[in-house]
Amino acid sequence: MEDPLKIASSAAAFALAALALTACAPPTSNNAASSSDDKSGTIRVWLFSEVNQDPKSAVVKAAVSDFEASHSGAKVDVQYIPVDSRAERFKAAFNDPSSAPDVAEFGNTDLANYVASGGLSDMTADIKGWDESKDLDGKILATTDIGGKNYGVPWFVGVRALYYRTDLLKAAGLEVPKTLADVETVARAVRAANPDTLGISVGGAAQFSAMPYLWANGGSIATKKGDTFVSGLDSTESKDGISAYARLLKDDICPPQTCAEFGGNASVQQFIAGKSAMTIGGDFNYKAVAASAVKDKFAVVPVPGKTAGSIAPAFAGGNNLGVFNSSKHHTLAADFVKLLASKKYQQKMFDSMGNLPTFSDVQKTVADSNPQVAPFIKTLAAGTNFVPVTETWSTIDAQGIFTGMYQKIVTGKADVNTASADAAKAMNKVFGSK
Amino acid sequence: MTALASAKAKTSGTRNRKPTTAGSSRRRSLRKRGLEPWLYLAPAFIVLIALLGYPIFQLINVSLYDYRQAQVSGKAPLQFTGLENYQKLVADPEFWSVLGNTVLFAGACVVLTLLVGTSLAVLATRLRPWVRTALFVVSLGAWATPAVTGSAVWLFLFDPTLGLVNKVLVSVGLTQFNGYSWTYDKWSAFGLVASEVVWCSFPFVLVTVYAGIQAISTEVIEAARLDGASMPRIARSIMLPMLRPIVIVVTIQSIIWNFKIFSQIYIMTNGGGIAGQNLVLNVYGYQQAFAASLYGLGSALGVIMTALLMIITLVYLRILKRTGEAL
Repeated sequence: MEDPLKIASSAAAFALAALALTACAPPTSNNAASSSDDKSGTIRVWLFSEVNQDPKSAVVKAAVSDFEASHSGAKVDVQYIPVDSRAERFKAAFNDPSSAPDVAEFGNTDLANYVASGGLSDMTADIKGWDESKDLDGKILATTDIGGKNYGVPWFVGVRALYYRTDLLKAAGLEVPKTLADVETVARAVRAANPDTLGISVGGAAQFSAMPYLWANGGSIATKKGDTFVSGLDSTESKDGISAYARLLKDDICPPQTCAEFGGNASVQQFIAGKSAMTIGGDFNYKAVAASAVKDKFAVVPVPGKTAGSIAPAFAGGNNLGVFNSSKHHTLAADFVKLLASKKYQQKMFDSMGNLPTFSDVQKTVADSNPQVAPFIKTLAAGTNFVPVTETWSTIDAQGIFTGMYQKIVTGKADVNTASADAAKAMNKVFGSK
Repeated sequence: MTALASAKAKTSGTRNRKPTTAGSSRRRSLRKRGLEPWLYLAPAFIVLIALLGYPIFQLINVSLYDYRQAQVSGKAPLQFTGLENYQKLVADPEFWSVLGNTVLFAGACVVLTLLVGTSLAVLATRLRPWVRTALFVVSLGAWATPAVTGSAVWLFLFDPTLGLVNKVLVSVGLTQFNGYSWTYDKWSAFGLVASEVVWCSFPFVLVTVYAGIQAISTEVIEAARLDGASMPRIARSIMLPMLRPIVIVVTIQSIIWNFKIFSQIYIMTNGGGIAGQNLVLNVYGYQQAFAASLYGLGSALGVIMTALLMIITLVYLRILKRTGEAL
């Protein structure tokens, strides 16, 4: 560095860099809503690929030919994208509208984030003008609502209920739990009788199993106050719900050594493997359980609430169909959404895939003819709940604030008061950073 | 000095004026040449700027903005926030604990990798050819295994209920390992990941150091032996100094690699461990920033990491320079 020329040139380079730094901002894309609305042409559709792809493809194919027959000059190009890489695909589509589809399937927890990115088109008018929409489950439709506008049509819903082993409960002389407190006592008793079995397999990272406990106790994740959300995790009711769930992750029910790391899927896997007496599993897990070694030895009931006969509010998961903001065929695209999400095709999706419908009347029909979905439909009918509809939730989720709270408690790193206060504080910070 | 340069120097006439001080005249002629060396270096510089300069510039640039998905896709206005992202990070106690984790974890990985790699390299020089070949094939296998695959296999081996390791431990009478979770405790989880990291990175050290040892000419060693030097003495006073450049390169590589560990932690501790206890900087950056679409914050983390690595490398080279010859 002693050469003056070198010093001069690096100083020049530095000055140049500093100049460039102040002169140009990082790139942004101009993702304005499309102003054209062509009534013909090709609409591109993104749907999630499935492990068992054929039944889904068959139903979608039928819908496509239905649609093309009734819309002359329109073609539908369906692409199946993997769920795991959806975040990258959607972000790329928002950044480069020319590579974006017109219609897409997406998880309802992703919706708020996509709307904040300017990716989704307002469908309120399309839903209003649709005769079938009056039968849509209001609680489910509300998950697509941001600032009074709907940004998608619920395509199917997923809820969780209580799976239990009929043989183990019977052998231990235990009744099916009727309240949340029962779940804990039954779980403890059945593990006492079968030390190698988890009383109930739940997980420190299984947030959707924990939420019913929170809500049944009158707690909340966050409530909307004006423009922003305020976390309710540190309220007395919430803390009751958090402690009640955390009590399940104890050595005499589900040892934290094993269960603290479990997500929802891992805890259901324990049940499938015959290693737990109960679990909180989704309707989408039913097929796997019914095909497992415990197939003749289990039953499903709604997760009970605080009092006998009540049902704990479940998390209403599920997927929506929506139209991209950049689509040059909004009307056509919305028509296809309304067809694929229609009662007729939701019924077909249920028949071939087992996806729970989002229309109250279709839910009733399928529950009447299929007893195995009855506990899930009952759970839906009892009223469901959802995570805060704000794009900041995806940050909270990615940063593991909610699940981290439970894991800190069950591993003894913090008590309920501290962990819930910390989580509430962290959440409020994210809500406020909007 | 090239022939061209000396020819130029002759025509410049400086030499004739002060014929006695050859050194100063050479310096002067160098200054005169000015642009010439830069021209030769230009192709390399252009490639470096395109591949290295621009990304780093964008990284720094993005880190100075409130840059989230909404800004990228043009929904929200772009705002220059200066050092706010950095302030946020520095004010976050989790950042400091993650930084501490990273330094400890990476440090342990570097030391272990070097120890294992070097001792095996020394061992390899003493082995029969076919045993040595076997050792190389096996370690190259570990080296060639992609990080993701390796992590998944290790996780499988250490599975609480189904893993081979626990089964073997229980079968030899250590019943406390029945259903023992290796990833539950913070340090046991770090230990598990560190062993996987060492397993897949020691072969690089082994191969490089072995090649270095082979490159030491036998005459030097023989001469030392004739002078009556013992084997440990030869290792300390002859081999190590001659291996020095190689050890330096290997150490710097290890530091950089281990500081940037991502896949192993992400897969083996399921994205950072229970309540984030096993987060290292890279995973933290991904989780806090990119998964959450907070690109500005993530870039700030990236800048801090780049700066840290450069400082560490410079300090290391500096220390080496002080204690002996440079690289």
